[in-house]
This record gives sequence, C-alpha cells and structure tokens, in this order.
Amino acid sequence: MNKRITESLVGAALVFTASAVTAAPLGKAIAQQGNGKGAPGCISCHGDKGQGNAAAGYPYLAGQPKEYLVNQLKAFTDKTRTSPVMQPFAGALSAEEMEAVADYFSQLPLPAPAGGNVVSDVSGPGERLVRQGKWSVGMPACFQCHGDRGQGVASHFPAISGQSEGYLKKQLEHWRKGERSNDPIGLMQAVAGHLEESEIAAVSSYLSTLSPVKVP
Amino acid sequence: MGIRFLFLFTVALFVTSHVTRAELMEQKGESAQAVNKPISVKAFQPPSNDSIPDDEFGKMVRLGKNIFTHTGKYAADYVGNNQNCVNCHLDAGRLANSAPLWAAWVRYPAYRKKNKMVNTIQERIQGCFRYSMNGTPPPANGETIKALMSYAYWMAEGAPTGVKLPGQGYPKLNKPKMQPDYQRGAEVFAQNCALCHGADGQGVRQGDEQVFPPLWGKQAFNWGAGMHRINTAAAFIRANMPLGKGGSLSVQQAWDVAYYVNSHERPQDPRFEGNLEATKEAFHSHQCRYGDKVGKTVLGQSSK
Ligand code: HEC
Ligand code: HEC
Ligand code: HEC
Ligand code: HEC
Repeated sequence: MNKRITESLVGAALVFTASAVTAAPLGKAIAQQGNGKGAPGCISCHGDKGQGNAAAGYPYLAGQPKEYLVNQLKAFTDKTRTSPVMQPFAGALSAEEMEAVADYFSQLPLPAPAGGNVVSDVSGPGERLVRQGKWSVGMPACFQCHGDRGQGVASHFPAISGQSEGYLKKQLEHWRKGERSNDPIGLMQAVAGHLEESEIAAVSSYLSTLSPVKVP
Repeated sequence: MGIRFLFLFTVALFVTSHVTRAELMEQKGESAQAVNKPISVKAFQPPSNDSIPDDEFGKMVRLGKNIFTHTGKYAADYVGNNQNCVNCHLDAGRLANSAPLWAAWVRYPAYRKKNKMVNTIQERIQGCFRYSMNGTPPPANGETIKALMSYAYWMAEGAPTGVKLPGQGYPKLNKPKMQPDYQRGAEVFAQNCALCHGADGQGVRQGDEQVFPPLWGKQAFNWGAGMHRINTAAAFIRANMPLGKGGSLSVQQAWDVAYYVNSHERPQDPRFEGNLEATKEAFHSHQCRYGDKVGKTVLGQSSK
C-alpha cells in the first residue's frame, strides 16, 4: 500500500521534470527523457540499461519481445492491466511512440544476473511447477511456453527468469484477481487460476533466482 | 475447503473456464457430456516422476523418458522430422486422454486394422516412428525400443493388464452439427492456435529446441500418421489444445480446426508406391483429405 503511493508520487514528480524529446532516435529519446507530454523517461525506474529495479518492483524490459512490450503499454491504457503507476505514462504515449520505445528496449542486451537471492528451492515445489507443471489440473510447465530456461519465446511469450520475486508474485496474483486480463487466449489466466497462494510464492521465488538467459 | 473456494472463485471470474464453457455449450445444444476436463476423474495414477529408481533399470527408464521428450536428440537416427513423442502424448506420456503410455502398456499385443495383424508394443512404437515421426522404425531389440518399453512399463506400475483403462487414447468426440469447414477452421486457427503454431503452421524452434511443434509441412507428421485423420486430430485437439486450455473449444470448433490443419501438405505416406490414387484406395478409406484437391494442389501430390 505504502509502496504503491510512493511509486505514484515518484511517477508524478517525473512527469513534471520530463524534458522535451531531442533529435535522438525516438525510442531512445523517450526511454531516456520521456516525450514531454506526460511520459517521463522510462530509465528512471526501469534502469539505464532496461535492467529494472528489483527492490522497487520495476521489471526489466531489456531483451523482452517488442510485440509483448507494445501489448503491455496498450493494456495499461485500456485498463486490461491495472497499474496506477504505468497507466498515466502509457496513456501519454502515441501508438508510434509505443512502438519506438518498445523497439528500443527489446534490442537492449539482457540484464546481468539478478543475484542477491540464494537458490532456496532446488527441486522443491517451485522448480517442479516451473519445469513439470501441474498436469493433475491440466496446467503445463511454465517453461513449456516461456522457453526451457524461462528466456521467452517468439513475440508473445516474455522472459520470466530473473524477474524480481515481488513483481512475479504481483502479476500472478493480478491474473487471479482479474486485474490483468490482457493475455492472449486467456493462457495466463488459466495458469494463475490453477495455482494456490503457496504455489505462487514458490514459483516466484524460484524464478527470481534464475539468471535471465539470451534467446538462442 | 480452500481448494473448493478457489475453484468457485476462478470460475466466477473467468468466462473461459471449463464449467462455463460447458454451460454455454449446453445452451447451444451440444452435449455437456463431451466436455473434457483436462483430468479424467478416475484415471490411473502413474508413479511420480521422482520415483524412477536409482539403479540399472532406472537408467534405462530415464533414457526412455529422454527419448520420449527429446526424440530428435536421443533417437536421431530414427527421426525424420521436428516432432517429439511428447508432442502428441502430453506430460511426457503421462496425461490421461492424450494416449498415455501407462494405458498403452497394458493393451498390447493387440490386433490393429491399420496393418491387419496382431501388433506387439514394440511394433506399435515402431509405427509411431514410421508415421508420426516420419522416420525409420528402430530395431525391435535395440536400445531405443528397450528404453521406451522400460519407461512405459515403469509408468504402468500397478495397472491391470488387458484392460482398456479410462483415459486411454484420445476421448472419442461427438459428431459435429455441421460438416467440418475449411474457412471456419482457418478462423479458429487464427484465434486459438497461430500464437504458438504460427500462422504458417510451422511452430517455433529456438536453437535445437522445438518449443511449439509444426502441424504441417516437411517437418510435421506424415500422411500415414494417425493424426492426419480428421476425427483423431479433432479428438486430440478438443481434449488438449490450446495448450493449457484443453476442453475450451466447442465440439464444432475442434472438428473445423482439425479439418483445416489436415488440409495442408505434409510428408508422403511411406506406403506410397508411385500412385496416389492407389495409395488412397488401399490405405485412406477413413476421414482424411489425402488425395483431395485444395486450391490448386492435390494433397499428397507434392509430398516427398
Ligand atoms: C515511476 C516508475 C516508472 C516509470 C517512470 C516507468 N515505469 Fe514502466 N513500470 C513501472 C512499474 C511499477 C511497472 C509494473 C507494473 C505492474 O505491477 O504491473 C512497470 C511495468 C512496465 C511494463 C510492463 C513490463 C512487463 O514485463 O510486463 C512496460 C512495458 C513498461 N513499464 C514500460 C515503460 C515505459 C515505456 C516507460 C517510459 C515511457 C516506463 N515504463 C516508465 C514503473 C515505471
Ligand atoms: C500456455 C502457455 C503459458 C504457460 C504454461 C505459462 N505462461 Fe506465463 N505467459 C504466457 C503468455 C502468453 C504471457 C504474456 C501475457 C501478456 O501478453 O500479457 C505470459 C506472461 C507471464 C508473466 C508476465 C511477465 C511480465 O513481465 O509481466 C509471468 C510472470 C508469467 N507468465 C509467469 C508464468 C508462470 C510462473 C508460469 C507457470 C506457473 C507460466 N507463466 C506458465 C503463457 C504461458
Ligand atoms: C500455448 C501454445 C499453444 C497453443 C495456443 C496451441 N498449441 Fe497445439 N501444441 C502446443 C505444444 C507445446 C504442443 C506439443 C505438446 C508437448 O510437446 O507437450 C502442441 C501440440 C499440438 C498438436 C499435436 C500434433 C503435432 O504435430 O505435434 C496438434 C495437432 C495441435 N497442437 C493443434 C493445436 C490447435 C488446433 C490449436 C488451436 C485450437 C493449438 N494446437 C493451440 C502448443 C500450443
Ligand atoms: C504427431 C503425433 C504423434 C507423435 C509425434 C507420436 N505419436 Fe504415438 N500416437 C499418436 C496417435 C494419433 C496415436 C493413436 C491414439 C488413438 O487413436 O487413440 C498414437 C498411439 C501411440 C501408442 C499406442 C497408444 C494406445 O493406447 O494404444 C504408443 C505406445 C505410442 N503412440 C508411442 C509413441 C512414441 C514412442 C512416439 C515417439 C517415438 C510417438 N508415439 C509419437 C500420435 C503421435
């Protein structure tokens, strides 16, 4: 609760200080300085290399599929994905700006290994769900869709390895509560609906200990 | 209690849940009976993955599991496409209603109409190599078959022999109200399948890993594989696709999309001896499109 308010305040402050777009290519300019129309520079939260900020719950954007990123920005604006922080920023971007900034982040190299977290769950319930699924209720392994090391697949399946524990948990909970419903074919709503509270904690913890991997 | 609550909660929130679909289908006059939940209620429970023994036998079981899930890597000599056994036998061959290995193990030797003779489990497995994997059958006494048999045998621990267990094969699907249709199938495919299998049906490959399998074309199952039959594909798809949302398509949608998938060119039937009509006559008097004209091509004509 407190954190949410802080995030919003930081966001609001940034909106006012955002400087005008320079001649640099559009995507990079928005990422660094915002668009001067209400969207602040993204890197202030998502990191100067798009590496995110685990402690604050800001996800890494570097290396994520461009189409996936564009879809998220659209989802924030049409409110199929709830985030009081991102909603106004995304709303301030034109379709062209969304494409440009998504393209910019998608081409940045992957963030360095998350580190910090000690692997606490080798072959525990988290790893089992991630690698084997829970077929007793029809749930495939997370890595069947997200790639065998959670590195992401094609244009619609984001990388999930090395994303922060808090962020992952929040997304899975949002799907369960219907606060995120932008996923294609309802695939993640189905997955999250199959997970118990303790399982959400276990997979989030396990995934956060893995290093982001480059797509082969 | 907790689980029950969670279930109700989920159903209330997501229109796409199985129960809601089932209700919808009942309203549409389709049998709710045919709604396949991903789990069959009283399906046999194979031993857990962690319980493969740590001994010589266990080693063979593990090899079998590896062959089953990464066939192109562990049985490369016998595979002619980019499929893995697990593509059509989900959860490493464990999942009920996805032709699981534990149910297959206790069913052979058995007479098969396909080759008009009694087949051993070895011969049944060889069949999937020849057709589904578009490859060469491994020798019946070689290590590949031995490993796959060990894996199936291990998985069937405690299952009664000679019984058709619930969850065996793919659950037979009711006939559709309307004739399966290519155009409707194409729409179902674009909305529910192309995300993973690609608009061109070629799936997604990352390095050596076939993440999403191809459904037609040179790297798919051939014109002799069970999956090229509309009814078999419809049954599989209804129970298991889209991945993670088995049972969510209507019966009609499953038939339409199966018809669409199987209206594309794929590798030749290995029993083809130079004459398409003759091959069709001899081996394709079932629900399939081999020899049919689609657009400008006659299916089976340009396959090699
Ligand atoms: C004030 C901090 C802040 C700023 C500035 C910010 N973001 Fe975010 N962003 C967040 C937070 C927090 C989330 C996670 C939202 C949630 O919990 O769903 C997020 C999520 C996202 C996501 C979804 C990522 C994913 O993996 O699904 C995208 C895309 C994104 N931001 C793009 C941008 C872009 C583009 C900009 C610059 C125009 C930007 N953000 C600026 C805080 C920020
Ligand atoms: C059937 C395929 C499928 C499976 C299985 C699957 N996912 Fe996903 N996942 C997706 C898709 C598609 C998206 C993108 C959703 C969107 O566009 O909003 C996604 C997105 C996510 C995200 C959001 C990432 C971000 O940056 O915001 C998380 C977290 C996630 N999945 C975690 C998991 C976990 C954990 C599991 C296993 C318990 C899992 N997924 C299993 C298909 C799948
Ligand atoms: C979320 C991704 C995803 C979606 C969506 C999806 N599939 Fe699949 N499909 C898979 C995967 C993965 C496999 C292989 C399963 C395995 O290896 O465990 C598969 C296997 C198959 C197979 C088995 C035959 C073969 O050639 O390997 C058929 C047929 C199939 N899918 C058809 C469909 C149809 C039709 C749809 C749409 C109604 C669909 N799929 C939607 C991921 C998907
Ligand atoms: C393209 C899909 C596909 C692939 C790939 C595939 N199979 Fe099959 N398999 C089938 C179909 C279809 C059936 C018949 C199921 C039915 O009609 O009930 C079947 C049946 C079987 C059976 C008999 C099941 C029973 O209950 O009688 C066994 C055993 C089997 N397959 C093993 C394998 C092995 C081992 C591999 C890998 C070498 C493999 N399959 C690859 C589609 C496939």
